[in-house]
Amino acid sequence: MNFLSIFVLIPVLMILALFVSKKRNQILGIMVTGSISLICLSIYLVINYILARTNGATDPMLFTSSVRWYEPLNIHFSVGVDAVSVAMLCLASIIVFTGTFVSWKIEPLTKEFFLWYCLLSIGVFGFFISTDIFTMFMFYETALIPMFLLIGIWGSGRKEYSAMKLTLMLMGASALLLVGILGIYFSSGATSMNVLEIRNSQIPLNEQYLFFILTFVGFGVLGAMFPFHTWSPDGHASAPTAVSMLHAGVLMKLGGYGCFRVAIYLMPEAAEQLAPIFLILTGIGVVYGAFTACVQTDLKYINAYSSVSHCNLVLFAILMLNQTAMTGAVLQMLSHGLMTALFFALIGMIYGRTHTRLITEMGGLMKVMPFLGVCFVIAGLASLGLPGLSGFVSEMTIFVGAFENTDTFRRTLTIIATASIVITAVYILRMVGKFLLGPLQNQEHAKLDDAHWYERFAVIVLIAGIVYIGSFPTGLADMLNNSIGNVVAQVIR
Amino acid sequence: MDFSDFLYMRSELSLLIVVIFLLLYDIIAGKKGMVYFQPIAITLFTIHTIATFFPYGPGEAFGGMYQNYPMMTVVKSILNIATLVVFLQAKNWFDKDKFKNERGEYYFLTMITLLGMYFMISSGNFLLFYIGLEMASIPMATLIAMDKKNLKSAEAGIKYILSAAFSSGIMLFGISYIYGTSGTLYFNDLPQLIQNTDPLQIMGFVFFIVGLFFKISLVPFHLWTADVYEGAPTNVTSYLSVVSKSSASFVLMTLLYKVFVNLIVEWQTILFWIIIISITLANLFAIRQKNMKRFLAFSSISQAGYILLGIIGGTAYGMTTLVYYIFVYVFSNLAAFGVISTIENKTGKINIDEYRGLYSTNPILSFVMMLAMFSLGGIPPFAGFFSKFFIFSAAAQQGFYLLVIIAVLNTIISLYYYLLVIKAMFIDKNEKPIPSIKSDTYSNASLVICTAGILFVGIFSFFMESMNQYSFGI
Repeated sequence: MNFLSIFVLIPVLMILALFVSKKRNQILGIMVTGSISLICLSIYLVINYILARTNGATDPMLFTSSVRWYEPLNIHFSVGVDAVSVAMLCLASIIVFTGTFVSWKIEPLTKEFFLWYCLLSIGVFGFFISTDIFTMFMFYETALIPMFLLIGIWGSGRKEYSAMKLTLMLMGASALLLVGILGIYFSSGATSMNVLEIRNSQIPLNEQYLFFILTFVGFGVLGAMFPFHTWSPDGHASAPTAVSMLHAGVLMKLGGYGCFRVAIYLMPEAAEQLAPIFLILTGIGVVYGAFTACVQTDLKYINAYSSVSHCNLVLFAILMLNQTAMTGAVLQMLSHGLMTALFFALIGMIYGRTHTRLITEMGGLMKVMPFLGVCFVIAGLASLGLPGLSGFVSEMTIFVGAFENTDTFRRTLTIIATASIVITAVYILRMVGKFLLGPLQNQEHAKLDDAHWYERFAVIVLIAGIVYIGSFPTGLADMLNNSIGNVVAQVIR
Repeated sequence: MDFSDFLYMRSELSLLIVVIFLLLYDIIAGKKGMVYFQPIAITLFTIHTIATFFPYGPGEAFGGMYQNYPMMTVVKSILNIATLVVFLQAKNWFDKDKFKNERGEYYFLTMITLLGMYFMISSGNFLLFYIGLEMASIPMATLIAMDKKNLKSAEAGIKYILSAAFSSGIMLFGISYIYGTSGTLYFNDLPQLIQNTDPLQIMGFVFFIVGLFFKISLVPFHLWTADVYEGAPTNVTSYLSVVSKSSASFVLMTLLYKVFVNLIVEWQTILFWIIIISITLANLFAIRQKNMKRFLAFSSISQAGYILLGIIGGTAYGMTTLVYYIFVYVFSNLAAFGVISTIENKTGKINIDEYRGLYSTNPILSFVMMLAMFSLGGIPPFAGFFSKFFIFSAAAQQGFYLLVIIAVLNTIISLYYYLLVIKAMFIDKNEKPIPSIKSDTYSNASLVICTAGILFVGIFSFFMESMNQYSFGI
């Protein structure tokens, strides 16, 4: 068995172990052990990957292996990674790990919560290791459905409405996707559903138009593409903290990754022709998300709309179809994943103490909880693109890459999208100013305590990631460049 | 003819022996003997299932009157498994004093309907087909009206027998046209004689197929379904919705493939529209249902629409996906019905609203129900996802993309109402949830079988691949 499959195996084992566990300590023990082994596995993967590349491995995907699964439809359980998926796997394991610590005190039904949480992570990890479009699709849907119960049972606010809306919208997207992948497979005439094999066969252009739209929109909805982003603010606002983290941090990246790996990689001609339509939509999304965040008063809504803006930027960059912008897109996925997870973790911790998320009802919290306050400011600065933190690197790369296109249309859109940086600064500073700084608004809040050890631990891990990407992006970017080159070469072909 | 031809009918003969034995036992055994009736019936039926499990054929008996292909024995085995699960679930129904004396009839009649379906599946002639059909539907009406003192049950029985008689009439009318224009009723000779240039034959075909649509309860021939499902005893409802429906859809497929090959353009058009209306309308009606049985009635109509997606392509792969879909559907739907009948028999509660907060008192039952709903809705990694995906791929392979898009979008609607049940059980609060229920060993065994089916039939490709080697196309 290929060692990549262990990424799926670990959560499966965790689920089985959780089934038989009874006490709270056992449950937490299983979760910590499992998520630490996931982290170790991803470190092992990174080391191996870099070693293999430096030793001159030139295949587009490494560590591939393929086991026949459903013979009549040529479905294989095939795995393989390139730099993009390695990056995503690392991101996912970090967020799963920190998410465990953030939900240390989850009540009620602790065991069930972690069961669903593990099922969600099976979907996420499985999606990133797969190279077969059927298994990709299967894991994609596996990741969606636990959200319904996670939000519905452990959420807050209008949780039932949000849970239903999120599930149905995302499943609706996956319906389009299903037709899309069936179409790709049948019209390519390939002998298996493996991405690497379908790439070698030419899909007729007329079919490409139809199936590109289906797959791009299908994945795009999960990537919060405007105007299909409406599930995201409600869903994120209602979800429990760890779920918001995992969902905004990793699951939304499934969308971007899917657009990149399936839609653009397999149907480059249609991608080039149809890119302008989606560029306009995502361009609107970038600015619209940022503007909407400016007028929200609920911390989670602010961050959710900010996520919409950032995730649209990912899709925007991918659609620019050049190397620099795509590298930027992957960096942005990583950076946004860590940043937004950090945001949601901090918001969850603050909400757990103050029991309100409205910035109008809070103020001066910096004095009460300095650790959380400082971390929040760091997250905010990363979000608005302060040099030295991850946001700067990724957004800079994206805008430089986008501006490399010489036509007026794309340049104009880039300029408009760049405006989002300024708007981001507006809502971040407004938020920080209102509820962290200034006089203490609610005297009740003076008694609140600062972060506990498990919360500090989760936050520090995330900040370390942000600082790493922000300060030492070269190694990462080089690693990504190579793999993204394969996709770009496909487009230019 | 040779007597060894009888061996092709071994499933039928073996079931017949079981039926006769049980009938005699019912007559001879006194009150004391009847205590063991259920275990004996279930054991015998299990032996029959195992003995006829392995596919055999192809072969013919009685000059082509009776035909058997390996795929047909596969379907018969699936029906056997489904019936076995239904029998296991019947235990808690017959524990009630009211029904104590009806055990014998129940098992006897159910197996007779099953025998009818066997003949229907394996028929090589329209006459045998018709006999099988009636053998399957007339005892069914008795089963539906089994709860004699209950007016709803009696009403359902009458409704069923009337609509069954009506549809049989229409079907016979169609068969008479086919006979009149071709001069034969044998499936082996008919394909060459039926042409799409003859309007009378097309008319006969349409009448015939409408009769079958009644049996499968597709829109617009579905109006009897919800009332009958609601009125019938839950156990009979589950039998009706799974076994009866699966066999009828498989028969429809074999007839279209074998007999009406030349009318392929016509039946593809008919199926195209029937599928769209069935899925969409049934889904929309299902949303409004409050009663679990009515709810599952509409859900089963839309499921029947999905089943037809396997037929429309006319390929061998389509047949595989159809049989596989039926196989998965058996487990998912019977799991749901198992939970419903357990709860209904212990507490008498049947509305979705009354299921609120079920998880807090009956975690295992609600967990099984959730698996069933997820599987019916087509959520991975449960078996329903795989069966849905394959059946869509069968239609997409032949280029029916529009149909597939409509069907797939409909799965979202269906997911909505399946999630409503899950929401009621897991999320909604209730001050007086259904008290904790201790179900008997038989029901537990049935739920274990269904859960195992839901969990493993999809992940292990063995089942689908072995079905694929027996399937045949046009």
